[in-house]
Amino acid sequence: MRGRKGMRRSKWLVNTVLAIICVIWTIPTLGLLVSSFRPAADILATGWWNVLPHRDWQTTEQLQLPKDTDLRQPIEVSGATYTDDQLRAGVVADGERLIWENRRARTINVQEKSWTFISRFTTQNYETVLGGKTYSITMPDGSTKTEKGSGMSRSFWNTVAVTVPATVIPIFIASFAAYAFAWLRFPGRKTLFVVIIALLVVPLQVALIPILRDYTSLGLNGTYFGIWLAHTAFGLPLITYFMYTSISQLPKDLFESAFMDGATNFTIFSRLILPLSVPALASISIFQFLWVWNDYLVSLIFLGSQPEVQVLSMNIANLVGSKGNDWHLLTAAAFVSMLMPLAVFFALQKYFVRGLLGGSVKG
Amino acid sequence: MEMRASGGNALRLLLITLLVPTLNIAVQWVIFLFFRDADLHPIVKAILAVAWGALGIYFIYYSLNWVVEQYPDRWKRRILPFVFIGPAVLLLGWLLVFPTLRTLYLSFFDAGSANFVGLANYAAVFTDRLLVMALRNNLLWVFFGTLACVGMGLLIAILADRSSFEKLAKGLIFMPMAISFVAAGVIWKFIYYYQPGQEQIGLLNAIVVSLGGEPQAWLSMVQPWNNLFLIVILIWMQTGFAMVIFSAAIKSIPDDILEAARVDGAGEVRIFFSIMIPYISGTLLSVTTTIIVFTLKIFDVVMIMTGGQYETDVVATQFYRQLFMYQNAGYGSTLAIVLLVAVIPVIVINLRQFRREGGF
Repeated sequence: MRGRKGMRRSKWLVNTVLAIICVIWTIPTLGLLVSSFRPAADILATGWWNVLPHRDWQTTEQLQLPKDTDLRQPIEVSGATYTDDQLRAGVVADGERLIWENRRARTINVQEKSWTFISRFTTQNYETVLGGKTYSITMPDGSTKTEKGSGMSRSFWNTVAVTVPATVIPIFIASFAAYAFAWLRFPGRKTLFVVIIALLVVPLQVALIPILRDYTSLGLNGTYFGIWLAHTAFGLPLITYFMYTSISQLPKDLFESAFMDGATNFTIFSRLILPLSVPALASISIFQFLWVWNDYLVSLIFLGSQPEVQVLSMNIANLVGSKGNDWHLLTAAAFVSMLMPLAVFFALQKYFVRGLLGGSVKG
Repeated sequence: MEMRASGGNALRLLLITLLVPTLNIAVQWVIFLFFRDADLHPIVKAILAVAWGALGIYFIYYSLNWVVEQYPDRWKRRILPFVFIGPAVLLLGWLLVFPTLRTLYLSFFDAGSANFVGLANYAAVFTDRLLVMALRNNLLWVFFGTLACVGMGLLIAILADRSSFEKLAKGLIFMPMAISFVAAGVIWKFIYYYQPGQEQIGLLNAIVVSLGGEPQAWLSMVQPWNNLFLIVILIWMQTGFAMVIFSAAIKSIPDDILEAARVDGAGEVRIFFSIMIPYISGTLLSVTTTIIVFTLKIFDVVMIMTGGQYETDVVATQFYRQLFMYQNAGYGSTLAIVLLVAVIPVIVINLRQFRREGGF
């Protein structure tokens, strides 16, 4: 048997390895968050990790060379000679670095390494992505550039208008169905339920082309109603299955005594079953909510990118396509879309985990 | 006298049976038209849409139930179940079951769905360069993605179980699951970002440069490894899922079994392979199949990161491109059916599981 010392050492090892993994897992999100608050010029000039304390060259002194210095000849600076190219890249001597501050004005920076961190932060990026107006920003080379806002606040509300009904409707429909499957007897019950289980993992691509054709002829493309129906149908198998497992486990006496009192199935369902299923409903609601909120494929195909209806994921995807290098906008936009899922996740983690454990296969 | 009363009653029943559903459809359609054409402030529209979505569905059930309540008891008991499952069955039929059959049908027709071409589309899936590449990449995704998610998930679950900060660690690893693939795409695009010549602001290239290497355009230049850089994103997002489920399974292993093994002198490695793995094998299987099914349909990441360029296409992105860029419904449908065929074993497993657990 190993001694207590061995145990303690192995615990220390476990903690270290796990901590390293956690740091690796967190760094990508952290980089996004930090970058989204940095000015556009800074993001393109230095890595976001420069906001952490690090050793870097700091200018301690500026030298003014004679204005008529010939840059094509070796240049003499404080006793030594360097070429123009060396000074452009920065040349190190005795722990000091010489580099052009302004080549045309012939000023040279004398720099020393010291501890520093960048602390220029701004909320300009968020203002730009949320609003729809035009903004002007400064680029790394000092020039200014105007850019149009991305209208993310509108997309945010569109996403709410898509997501909340696309969560409530399927849960309503599925709970009614689950109640019928669990406690009512009718012909075709078993066959229908087997079909629902089979549909659990059917990839939704298999349904897209025909639905698209139906929607086009019904005029449902690009409408909230159309995408609610689509999300409802795609979510129904899992939600029905999940609610069935929960509702079928309620005690039978409950129903019998309610029937004795003359309650109808509708009253039993809305007064008895729904209140008793709140934990299950919460779990599966979070699941469906996050699924719809984060969805890209279904909104890409049925909702499209008209500003009146486009959801957050579409908006960001368009930004990635049209402004792929504007990291100040992309990072802020991505973080705006993450706000709601992260809030739901941290506030209701318990229910989310329970939903995952209950059933996680989905087409 | 009594005959006439019941005759009048029957007429009334027939009337409301026809009228109420029709009225429902009419009311919802009018609201739908209002929403489509009204020009409202987005916040007002969002609130109204939410109210309509939630109240509308309740109203439909309430009114239909009211109709059924008018029937005599004997009939009521027979009809009510169909009112309860009706909307679910109609929606599933219209938007999942029937479309699947139609897609299967379309997969035997040409690009414009006009001429029957037999199995030509299926032959193309295994010969057309683009489609074969999509299949190859999807296999890469399924193999490496699933293996890494399950492996890392299991490792982290075991480490977390023995660590001093289990909750915090699990929350951090699990967090990426909550965000969208689109947002994750932006996060990782930034990490892989490559600027020619200048200072590298992408984390990966900065690390490579600081180690004395040459910066690379990871997503476009280094084929076929660029696929692996995309798969890393899946691993980052889905490991948390595997970990949470494994963690619950590991905690359900009775302590006395583990204790007995330790008393008998079994090492941690031995305990892992001889006790834990057999004990959680069911969970292992279901997590693996879930991630495989998920990975088969992978779409968002590839679409955001590369749009399927630089030989990173997978079946789902190729499906999208065939459908919307090449207007080829035949190839598109066939690719969708290929995905469906790939999940059939999982459907069989699920049905068997359901029957084993008692079914009905």
